[in-house]
Amino acid sequence: MGPTISALMSILLHLSVILVFSPFILGVIGKTKAFFAGRWGPPVVQPYYDILKLLRKGSVYSTMTTWIFRAAPMIAMAAILAAGILMPFAGLKAPIQFWGDVVLFAYLFGLARFFMVLAALDTGSSFEGMGASREMTFSCLSEVALFLNFTVLALISKSLSLSGLIGGDVSLLWHVLGPALTLVVISFFLILLCENSRIPVDDPATHLELTMIHEVMVLDHSGVDFAYILYGNAVKLFILGSFLISIILPFKTQNVFMDTAVYLSGMTGLAVVIGVIESAMARLRLNRVPYLLISAVILAVFAFIITLVRGGF
Amino acid sequence: MVLRKFCIWNGQSWNLSQVPVFDADIFRKEILEECRSGARVVNLFGALGEEGDIRMFAVISKDDDAKLSLFSVLISKDKSVFPSLTPELTAVHLFEREIAEQFGVVFEGHPWFKPVRYHENFRNVPDCWPGISSKPIPGDYPFFKINGEEVHEVAVGPIHAGIIEPGHFRFQCHGEEILHLEIQLGYQHRGIEKMMEEVTLERAVLLAESVAGDTVIGHVMAYCSLIESLSDCVISPRAEALRALALELERLSNHIGDLGALGADIGFLPTAAYFGRLRGEFLNLLMELSGNRYGRSFCRPGGVLFDLDPGMKDDFRRRLSVAKKELKELAELFFSKPSVLARLEGVGIVSEKTARELGMVGPAARASGLSYDVRTDHAFGMYRFRHLPISLASTGDVFARAQIRWLEAQRSLDFLLELLDQIPKGELCKTVSPLKPGQMALVMVEGWRGEIVHVAMTDPQSKINRYKIKDPSFHNWDGLAMAVRGAQISDFPLCNKSFNLSYAGHDL
Repeated sequence: MGPTISALMSILLHLSVILVFSPFILGVIGKTKAFFAGRWGPPVVQPYYDILKLLRKGSVYSTMTTWIFRAAPMIAMAAILAAGILMPFAGLKAPIQFWGDVVLFAYLFGLARFFMVLAALDTGSSFEGMGASREMTFSCLSEVALFLNFTVLALISKSLSLSGLIGGDVSLLWHVLGPALTLVVISFFLILLCENSRIPVDDPATHLELTMIHEVMVLDHSGVDFAYILYGNAVKLFILGSFLISIILPFKTQNVFMDTAVYLSGMTGLAVVIGVIESAMARLRLNRVPYLLISAVILAVFAFIITLVRGGF
Repeated sequence: MVLRKFCIWNGQSWNLSQVPVFDADIFRKEILEECRSGARVVNLFGALGEEGDIRMFAVISKDDDAKLSLFSVLISKDKSVFPSLTPELTAVHLFEREIAEQFGVVFEGHPWFKPVRYHENFRNVPDCWPGISSKPIPGDYPFFKINGEEVHEVAVGPIHAGIIEPGHFRFQCHGEEILHLEIQLGYQHRGIEKMMEEVTLERAVLLAESVAGDTVIGHVMAYCSLIESLSDCVISPRAEALRALALELERLSNHIGDLGALGADIGFLPTAAYFGRLRGEFLNLLMELSGNRYGRSFCRPGGVLFDLDPGMKDDFRRRLSVAKKELKELAELFFSKPSVLARLEGVGIVSEKTARELGMVGPAARASGLSYDVRTDHAFGMYRFRHLPISLASTGDVFARAQIRWLEAQRSLDFLLELLDQIPKGELCKTVSPLKPGQMALVMVEGWRGEIVHVAMTDPQSKINRYKIKDPSFHNWDGLAMAVRGAQISDFPLCNKSFNLSYAGHDL
């Protein structure tokens, strides 16, 4: 019984860290944007309030929809949390890790997206159909870039487990393969912006049904379901952000508190960077978004080539 | 046969019997020939004649000539049919539909004959729409459809995701590309034209202020000038100057608000927020002038109700100078960001030819290269003494419409700063004598959206028996529909914002 309980405990600890901290990132982004707009903006904890408010509300369901519409937000949230369990954070080891879990990690996000797209199509609304088609088009491209980045990291770390990719000694690798890792970081950052529907890909602030990508898919969701969706998005941003921070700030001091402090300030810094980007540039035209993703792919390809040449594989 | 020409000036009144009545074919020929030689249909509207016949008036403007020519035709009350001009002259298509709706006249050969605002006609005869119920509701009529396996239809509105007015937009799309857009309005029809004939003059001015909530000064100025014209009242130069001040403040607040809204639509936050703040500055000035942020209860027939004392004048001048500097910095930031320009340039193009064919007016027309501004071409009020250069662009895209707003804002500011230095003296508000009987008058005002036209007619008892309002949106909604053809559907909100038309002004 002992090992099972301690495994369960570590999963619970892991999940609670993810659930507690993820809306904070959104709050920091909001605060940064407000600063650039010359406003005070909502408090940093506003995303928590929003989610709590929605959790207390009832949901409205269209008579057109089926069980898929009701199940999708829960499935998406569960899949994203499951992906989080595979991800090590600064002070915390991933509770579950195995050879090849990167593939599972990527496709848990895929599963979440798949169900959200089905739910959008389930409503039969033309807006949500458009949103679903945009989401699928762009995710096709970002998936290629994501896997190329994983390949580079797998070659470097000689591991196919997420914990191996970023849990090992990345700082040493920066000396050897700095250029490749730099390209991976940029490429992954573009993927992160796209996957989390941030500017310049999507604008989470507008409510113009004809221009949105992610927001338009969830127009019909309300109450608890919508809370799951918002929470799921926050968690997704948190997890992908942690992945990036683990590469950028790979310092390991063996002191859990120090590591956690470095990691948390890294995450806050990332949120500020996202906020600055959202404030400093306009959103791209929808038909230009693929170019951005293709550049993420190309950066990853170059990282791959550099790794092959420099690493001598 | 020699045609008796009848020409009028903006703001003039004349005896109704002076307006020539042509035969139907001469009426048609006259409009078509004038328009072929570059003239524009300013207004085409119906009124009930003495024997219950329908008298249709056409107001034609040649923009290089400040005169307007006016003529009419009688349509029999028993056989209300008229050959449509639309196949040869696109610009009148909505006018004809409006007359058909108000008076039950069938326009034979009209290619898209359906109601504009979905109300019963003024004559209490059966409506002339085939296959539509006697109590029409907006949108209850077939829409233009494109068939094909890959074509899909997107219906937006009348209830929108944002806090905007109701209107229905029906897109025919191929993937992300818009093949056709049909705009159906009428949800805000309040029957203002009809009410104007029924209420007292004290209430009518309040109605004029509510034609479009964001063009209070524009419409009420047209109304007041009309009443003054019908009662031979000449207001003082001071009142003219204060009206021009209010009109330009309204233009500034709206143009700058629009620039901010464009920023918000493309997700460019810094200017969205700061333009919004600057808009508030102009609204505040308007409030200090009139007691209301939108300028309600400022203009009344005979003049204006509130004065600008010397202390306020200096304060206005100082604040406008500050706003001018801030506006310049902001506009330079907005128009120099590559990511902003990438969104604005080449999107939602209306060619000069299309703009001319549709009879577009205001900033949207000037963005397409049509050099027309009522303040210059049919100068009224204060603008007779001070010349404002026309702001022009040629590309006709969202960028041009944004640029025009910025240019006009600059010129309005210069105009105001100059005006504040030398506001003439005079009586604030004169008493208006009773209206003259059997008269007709026409007033055009360049509101911030473009040409506003009000026409009124009085009966032998000096009572207004026909009041016709034309908001610039009436022409320009079609411009929006043409602008988005071939564009990405995701760019529609941006195109829409670049026009920023009034639903209420169209629906009346």
